Amino acid sequence: MRARLAEWIVLLRPGDWLVLVGALALCVLSALTLWRGGAPDKAVVRAGGKVFAEVGLARAQILEVPGPLGVTRIEIAPGRARVAADPGPRQYCVRQGWLTRSGAVAICAPNQVSLSLAGGAADYDSLNY
Amino acid sequence: MTRSTIEIVPTPDDRRIARLAAAAIVLTVAEAAIPLPLPGVKPGLANIVTLIVLARWGWRDAVWVALLRVLAGSLLLGQLFAPGFFLSLSGAVASLATLGLAMHLPRRWFGPVSLSVFAAFAHIGGQLALARLWLVPHDGVFYLVPLFAAAATLFGLVNGLVAAKLMQGRVADRISK
Repeated sequence: MRARLAEWIVLLRPGDWLVLVGALALCVLSALTLWRGGAPDKAVVRAGGKVFAEVGLARAQILEVPGPLGVTRIEIAPGRARVAADPGPRQYCVRQGWLTRSGAVAICAPNQVSLSLAGGAADYDSLNY
Repeated sequence: MTRSTIEIVPTPDDRRIARLAAAAIVLTVAEAAIPLPLPGVKPGLANIVTLIVLARWGWRDAVWVALLRVLAGSLLLGQLFAPGFFLSLSGAVASLATLGLAMHLPRRWFGPVSLSVFAAFAHIGGQLALARLWLVPHDGVFYLVPLFAAAATLFGLVNGLVAAKLMQGRVADRISK
């Protein structure tokens, strides 16, 4: 078996290896760039209907957003974001958990704060879908 | 029956090209029987013949063999002037153009496998360009590019190895005689 494989490998010349490596790199590169659809690159935080902050999803940070009921804490992590704490009574936006896709929205209506992810190719937004 | 006043005498060149094209057409028809997971992904076994012709008799003959193969292969499969025919034609034209350039690479370093991989990528490139312009005028076709590229790498390697193996042995002499 090994001898048979070696018989085929001698047919490859040095440049052929180079071309094969290039071809594989092209496959991986095209998969990475073309199949990244839906990956968000920033989070938009609104308070009282106005944009409070637009932050990139590159590094972890915590935003404190003031609203009529108190402070909503928004946690940003690489590639995702969530509402970590909210003074609202029903906690819908907190229980939505981590948002990972572009177009996803979490709304804390009582405190008038919303968090949405944008960038990349948004397939749908989680309100209209 | 009146004898035709025009007589076409085939030259030995014509006979050789016809014989090689016949080999390529057989491979095309045989390959059509293989079930394919995705339209457009094919081993492209006929390209083995194109590669051998290119190495032995040059680019002009390779063009003849490849284009005759596309024409006659689609005629046999009932695909003539169907979208699939134009896709293989654009793929063949793109890969022949690429081979015309790539054949000038130093032979000591770049063997049939390089040519085969280049030709396979040109093939999908030509097909995708036509598909994007004409059949599916939407960028959605590019979603399949990674799959096509992977198939081109794999089948380019396999076809190139087979072509190299055949050129190493006596098989090529047998088809050409």
